[in-house]
Amino acid sequence: MLTLIGILIVVVGFALRLNPLLVVTVAGLATGIASGKPLLDVIAAFGHAFIESRYVAIVWLVLPVIGLLERFGLKERARDLISRLRVATTGRVLLLYMFIRQVTSALGLTSLGGQAQMVRPLIAPMAEGAAETRHGELSPDTRDFIRAHAAASDNVGYFFGEDIFIAIGSILLIRGFLDQNGITVEPAALALWAIPTAVCAFAIHGTRLLLLDRKIAARIAREQAAGSNEATGTGAPMERS
Amino acid sequence: MIGLEFIYRLMGVLVAGIAIVNARDSANPKRWRNTMFWGIYAVTFLAGSYLPDRVNGLLVIVMVAVASIGMGQASGEGSTRETRLANAAKWGNRLFIPVLVIPFGTLLGTLTFKGGTFNGIAVMDPKQVTLISLGLSTLLALLVGLAMLRPAPSAPLVEARRLMDSVSWAAVLPQSLAALGAVFAASGVGAVIATLAGDYLPLGSPLSVVMAYSIGMALFTMIMGNAFAAFPVMTAGIGLPLIVGRFGGDVVVMSAIGMLSGFCGTLMTPMAANFNIVPAALLELRDRHGVIKVQVPTALLLLSANIVLMYVFVFRRP
Repeated sequence: MLTLIGILIVVVGFALRLNPLLVVTVAGLATGIASGKPLLDVIAAFGHAFIESRYVAIVWLVLPVIGLLERFGLKERARDLISRLRVATTGRVLLLYMFIRQVTSALGLTSLGGQAQMVRPLIAPMAEGAAETRHGELSPDTRDFIRAHAAASDNVGYFFGEDIFIAIGSILLIRGFLDQNGITVEPAALALWAIPTAVCAFAIHGTRLLLLDRKIAARIAREQAAGSNEATGTGAPMERS
Repeated sequence: MIGLEFIYRLMGVLVAGIAIVNARDSANPKRWRNTMFWGIYAVTFLAGSYLPDRVNGLLVIVMVAVASIGMGQASGEGSTRETRLANAAKWGNRLFIPVLVIPFGTLLGTLTFKGGTFNGIAVMDPKQVTLISLGLSTLLALLVGLAMLRPAPSAPLVEARRLMDSVSWAAVLPQSLAALGAVFAASGVGAVIATLAGDYLPLGSPLSVVMAYSIGMALFTMIMGNAFAAFPVMTAGIGLPLIVGRFGGDVVVMSAIGMLSGFCGTLMTPMAANFNIVPAALLELRDRHGVIKVQVPTALLLLSANIVLMYVFVFRRP
């Protein structure tokens, strides 16, 4: 039971909004110590796993080129492009992106997307631009809300598309685990049974995205009714120049 | 052969550059903290493979300590809105070319070099082709961008530093969480959870076991931060013995939908930092949990849908 202390630390730490990096590290060390290992061994195990997981950081290599292009007006251009398309609304832009993300992931093309590569430089500015065309300058809250939805559309499309591709990690993991338990399954059968959930995911999140434009309009109407000066404020930190 | 180690060198050089730009930024009162944090992080990329585990562990702890006392932000942007608008008008849609080089380069690299050899030697480590292709594509994209825009030589690093400091310590969180997962696994946390679930959950009917398994997958995924860690535990603890063993359910339907129930949990947890916390930092949201908040309704509805789907299809007789 004492080994669960790490989970307790994580839950309490996140609930108190302490620095997650600190919470996670303390939880790891506490769990290791609770399981009876010497402190130095626990630190070594933590260090080893940290080094082994460096591959998750490779995505940061996109920052120099994305930053360079942002200096030359990439986000402004993405916004401008969308604002010229009269039919483009925030909800529709994100729905189309989620659809493309889901279909390409299902075909195994999971690299055609991602938060740092696509959402920050292109999708989020487009989603914001579409809203600005209709409503003018956005309040920081509404801007954050739209950006959060841009990130969510990438996640939902990716998660519930990739499992339809038979060579993806999760299918291989399921197959490997069942193999160890003496059960042989076809990857294609696993992929097939990912389709009903994929359809539901698209229907559920797609419906929410179609309703998003109305929700944004309602938010903005509410803000204007509140009449506070902050509602039309100076924009999010990203836009400060 | 190009392996991950080469990509780690690139990362090391980038992060070391970010540390140096920070050290030279006298406008940031916390610049030495930033320099120290990114400097150590660079060491883990450049030398991490050769250092003893204990040293790596201590380096991580120092980074965490620096992050906990607080890091500074880049002071202002490297460009004004006016120049950006003027440049956007000048360069137009050509600005999208380097951005698109990244995904399509990764894709092309993955397809080309999967098993590709030169004089009988593999060009890339076959197990890591996608990651290596991603790394090389970012380099190619940067070269295209430099050739096209001809900026000041320092521009890519200065801009990378601006973005990296806005993400700050969250950039390292996914790695720490992966390390936490490894410690959890080595300490047998999963087995304890499975025993608890077996002891305290009502598991008497087909519907209740389907619910326990699906919701358990989502909850345990939220704790562990990814469904891959939750799947073996929940499937060995509840799925195989009860859904398949006692009630004769179909193992394929259960596994496929069970994993996807775990993904619903991924949408709702800060522990899945690279999907939920990092984007919030990257998009400069003021609420760290902003992305999770907009995902929760979808995750709960989809989890309910998964329970219905599994209940309807898992016990169906072929």
